[in-house]
Amino acid sequence: MHFSPTLRVSLLFLVIAIAALFFADIAITTANPWRDLGRFFLGVATPDFFSTEGLATALLRTVAFAFVGVALGSACGFLLSLIYRFYPVRIFCAFIRAIHELFWALIFLQFFGFHPLTGVLAIAIPYSGIFAKVYSEILDEADPGPARLLPPSTGIISTFLYTRIPDCWVQLRTYTAYRLECGLRSSAILGFVGLPTLGFYLETSFSQGLYSQAGAMLILFYVLIATIPLWVKPKLLPVYILGAPFFLGDGMPIIWGNVERFFTQDIIPAPLRDGEGLAGLGPWFSDLMLTEAMPGIWNTLILTQIALVATGILTLLAFPLISNHFGGPIRRTSGHVFLVIARSTPEYILAYILLQLWGPSMLPAVVALALHNGGIIGHLIGRQTNAIHLRPDAPTGYRRYSWELVPRVYRSFLAFLFYRWEIIMRETAILGILGIYTLGFYVDSAIQQIRFDRAMVLILITALLNIGIDILGRYIRRKLALQTMPTC
Amino acid sequence: MAMSYIRKILLGSLLAFTSLAVSAQTFVFTAIPDEDETKLMERFKGIADYLQEKLGVEVRYIPVKSYAAAVSAFRNNQVQLAWFGGLSGVQARSLVPGSEALAQGVEDVDFYTYFIAHQSTGLEESDTLPEGIRGKTFTFGSKGSTSGRVMPEHYIRQTFSEAPEDVFSRVGFSGNHTRTLRLVEAGTYEVGALNYAVWEKELENGNVNTDEVSVIWKTPAYPDYQWTIRGDVDDRYGEGFTDKVRQALLDMDDPELLESFPRSGFIPTANENYEPIRSVAEQIGILD
Repeated sequence: MHFSPTLRVSLLFLVIAIAALFFADIAITTANPWRDLGRFFLGVATPDFFSTEGLATALLRTVAFAFVGVALGSACGFLLSLIYRFYPVRIFCAFIRAIHELFWALIFLQFFGFHPLTGVLAIAIPYSGIFAKVYSEILDEADPGPARLLPPSTGIISTFLYTRIPDCWVQLRTYTAYRLECGLRSSAILGFVGLPTLGFYLETSFSQGLYSQAGAMLILFYVLIATIPLWVKPKLLPVYILGAPFFLGDGMPIIWGNVERFFTQDIIPAPLRDGEGLAGLGPWFSDLMLTEAMPGIWNTLILTQIALVATGILTLLAFPLISNHFGGPIRRTSGHVFLVIARSTPEYILAYILLQLWGPSMLPAVVALALHNGGIIGHLIGRQTNAIHLRPDAPTGYRRYSWELVPRVYRSFLAFLFYRWEIIMRETAILGILGIYTLGFYVDSAIQQIRFDRAMVLILITALLNIGIDILGRYIRRKLALQTMPTC
Repeated sequence: MAMSYIRKILLGSLLAFTSLAVSAQTFVFTAIPDEDETKLMERFKGIADYLQEKLGVEVRYIPVKSYAAAVSAFRNNQVQLAWFGGLSGVQARSLVPGSEALAQGVEDVDFYTYFIAHQSTGLEESDTLPEGIRGKTFTFGSKGSTSGRVMPEHYIRQTFSEAPEDVFSRVGFSGNHTRTLRLVEAGTYEVGALNYAVWEKELENGNVNTDEVSVIWKTPAYPDYQWTIRGDVDDRYGEGFTDKVRQALLDMDDPELLESFPRSGFIPTANENYEPIRSVAEQIGILD
């Protein structure tokens, strides 16, 4: 029997995920998960907007950190994109974006402490790496024609600004606007490690079971994201960007000695710091690898593969919800609401909520990752099907789904899925902070034990793992000749 | 059009680094987040007011999200005083030379951990750590907690000669003592270990469903919580400031403030009183 290459790859990943399920820790450990879930939905249905006095401030700070972080990231990313063809720049960008915002925040917290710079850099640094890559992809696509028509003595900068930029301005703008939405999510979750954004209060309310308070915060967050087109206008952008730095809040003063200490002492491996020399480094490193890095890598990989396939399945189930080819306006509207909620909620917050409700295991993480990423890809694929025109006598219902639509969108579905593979792994690692035994768990443990040398090695391993998956994902996309747009 | 926006964006980013700092003379303190945050905010806002009145400088409390964040803030001199647990205090004082343990609660001289179990386990109170907890699911408090992690792990290892991961079918870290109580009460974990004072306070306030959860073992006593201050505060806030802070803490007699800890009062202590905690933490491998 002959299988197409895309089907072969799909089946291979499905088999890997099923095998991974045997090693995974999947369970609901709470005695009354449904009662808690019910209480949570009751809380969302009866939101209490006035309980926390800091709520308005937290929203303001969330927006401020997002604007400053994304603006800075976009500016640096743009500059980097101009020299992105150089190999060391690519490596550098791949490295800084392979480390999650929360890890950056945890690092900066150790020497900047609760200073606004911690939050700003935690967003700006990884975003620079992402912007550099995507901007350079967009710029490469620009039509070279106009540049050839210029007089010979035209300067490089003028040529660039008057021929390249206008051609891709719309794409650059669209992508930057999309990252701003991501920036709001990143900014919100920074609160979970102590910065004064929404996550700070969300964690407080959730951990105490105050679901009406938590519900109010979630609803405000969805409204904030859903109304972006209304309040983020090109004309207002300069106002926001200039104003945002003044609303980051007053943290604690930076003490530069701490920065020096962090880099010259804290992250130096303990045996070297204590003068045991290189002889002590071997046992130290192998102990770290055996007891923490290996179990962390194993669990991260298992969870990533299950979550990837779960995302794929959810996407295929969800895209008809917003497709014009099925159902009436009521179903499509509720489909849109479901997908907007799924993709607007950061995975970290979804996983946090589900962990509270179902107890600790990989299950909440898988569901959270699948919901968020399935929501994003489902939305894109659903919109894509709306551009497909079927014959008037095309089959309806299930046959239309399985014989007309899925085959037509399957390649771009796979492209999006492999594009998000690396993103899913980045998130999987970070979910360890919530108590699932992925790499983030060991990073958090090392930080809790004030062993930053260990934490840095583990973060480095996480970054390398991510870069590896990124390369593999690109290889598979190229092999299968899958096109991706840099808008996912 | 493109140019002007790009220019503005760049300009805006350059201006991004402005910050409003707290006044240099503000005395800032923090505390390990060992209980529900709402309770901590109430408690330590009261303490801040009390200290401000006694010390004559502006006093501010900042809440943190983890034990390590409290230690880091202390080490980085962003806070000068902290209410630490046994282990976090040991960590902080070894990282900040010259810092000293000022005062501890009367109860902290002989502190205990309670092992609690969900009723479905059928475990009953006993004089030793019952063998029946083997194979159950178990939760500590925070990873950096003394009464919620270090001491219970020490006694688990002593009783079973095995690591907790090998004794129990699942090991978790709830985050704080109140949550350990809630999680075991709800049956999410079958067994847990927590600070006895939190248990007693919640019990007294009627917040424990004793049909669902009960104490099965009380550990031997060990020293725990203490106020620790940086060694350089006298230079910054004036000669004798450390003594003033110590005296203010020892003089605290407002029943409402003390009740919120809950402690019956504060007594002097010293760094060496916490040596037992250091050696236990080293033994179980969470301190170098």
